[in-house]
Amino acid sequence: MFYSLGRYILLLRLSFRRPEKFSVYWAEVMREMVSVGIGSLGIISIISVFIGAATTIQVAFQLNSPLIPLSIAGSIARDSNILEFSPTISSLVLAGRVGSSIASQIGTMRVTEQIDALEIMGVNAPGYLIAPKIIANMTMVPLLVIVAITLSITGGYIACVVSSTVPPSDYIVGLHSNFLGLTVRVALVKAVAFGFIIASVCAYQGFYTSGGALEVGQSATRGVVFSCVMVLFADLVITRIML
Amino acid sequence: MIEIQDIHKKFGDNEVLKGISAQFKPGKNNLIIGGSGSGKTTLLKCIVGLHEPTEGKVLFDGNNFTDMNFEQRVPIRTHIGMLFQNSALFDSMNVEDNVMFPLNLFTQQSKAEKLDRVNFCLERVNLAGKNKLFPSELSGGMKKRVGIARAISMQPKYLFVDEPNSGLDPLTSILIDDLIRELTDEYQITTVVVTHDMNSVMGIGDHILFLYNGQKWWEGSNKEIAHTDNKELNNFVFASKFMQAARAKL
Repeated sequence: MFYSLGRYILLLRLSFRRPEKFSVYWAEVMREMVSVGIGSLGIISIISVFIGAATTIQVAFQLNSPLIPLSIAGSIARDSNILEFSPTISSLVLAGRVGSSIASQIGTMRVTEQIDALEIMGVNAPGYLIAPKIIANMTMVPLLVIVAITLSITGGYIACVVSSTVPPSDYIVGLHSNFLGLTVRVALVKAVAFGFIIASVCAYQGFYTSGGALEVGQSATRGVVFSCVMVLFADLVITRIML
Repeated sequence: MIEIQDIHKKFGDNEVLKGISAQFKPGKNNLIIGGSGSGKTTLLKCIVGLHEPTEGKVLFDGNNFTDMNFEQRVPIRTHIGMLFQNSALFDSMNVEDNVMFPLNLFTQQSKAEKLDRVNFCLERVNLAGKNKLFPSELSGGMKKRVGIARAISMQPKYLFVDEPNSGLDPLTSILIDDLIRELTDEYQITTVVVTHDMNSVMGIGDHILFLYNGQKWWEGSNKEIAHTDNKELNNFVFASKFMQAARAKL
């Protein structure tokens, strides 16, 4: 474990060495941003709407008491979505979608000697392959989380309209009551951290792949599993520190 | 010139290279041959710095490459071209971008100048006009030729080729060998080829290093190889009946 941790840290250090030519790296960052951001927008939008809707209905179900105003459901659903569901569930989905792609792409490059080809040319392979992915993830995951928060709250509203478990007006009142800006800050800090974890853990798994197609698949699986566990661990740590 | 001095390489307890020394001169096709597991690819990887030798030195024109760190190696590496066994083209880039890649990173040329150089290199390997094809659309022979075009795009002083004919039909193999020979002669490149293809050995082997069990077992030219009495080399080179018949006619 300590060997892997040391190798992971060394790889990160190599990844952030001064680039040979900034413009080439910048182009890579842009390409990765499009891949992570635009490429994941559809799935993040879909899951956010459904999670927001389901959360609102479940909260309303649990608060089914004449002593509790229904607007509370809006407040609880809002905070749950902002603090936990949007950053964490979105990141777990992104670990599957983006993380597996990173690990398998870099792993395939390793077993087909493309990484060797980069090194022979004098290119810092970790810098060229990993740094743009980390930067793109740390930039785009927070933006995706903002989209996820917006859509999950919208999903809650749609659920109110469609199911009439909570009157939409009460839901809106609940959304406005006792809102703390800190919750959004926590969500964004989580998103940045999760973006870093997904890209770096999966890139590490891919970079040290050896063998063939079977091992590339195993690296991708390990990358997703480890990054999911690390995301949940980081979730706990950030929550404990910031709240 | 490339000089290797007493190269040893161990993987755990397994000593793959056991003290190999040689000189590879410019304008010559230097071939490293040997059976499977003899250490030829490991030696090539030690020379280009993909493996670090356990002992020994690699000198590029007198500069001790082995003792250099990553940054110090970059100026030498920009003079190195390498063709990999599976070509190692970047899948996400088309032919033009593959060949242009080192130019983008290490030159200050304008886009037009880089494109001129790419077109020249592609023409040189008989792939003019194939700029926009992706590696997945190329045959094995075409991939090798794009690999060569990429390797020569920076006008290298040293060219390394790992198993250039693996997976190719005899005719394409001859074309690749001819191309390697022409480029070596034309630009006076120090070329090092790892192969176990006997046609390459007899066709382009100006200087041949035969490895056996991790050691340099024999050194000479393709003209000398037919008349050697080295038992292991003879067993390797003249293993097939065709080669035995060819030798009898010499």
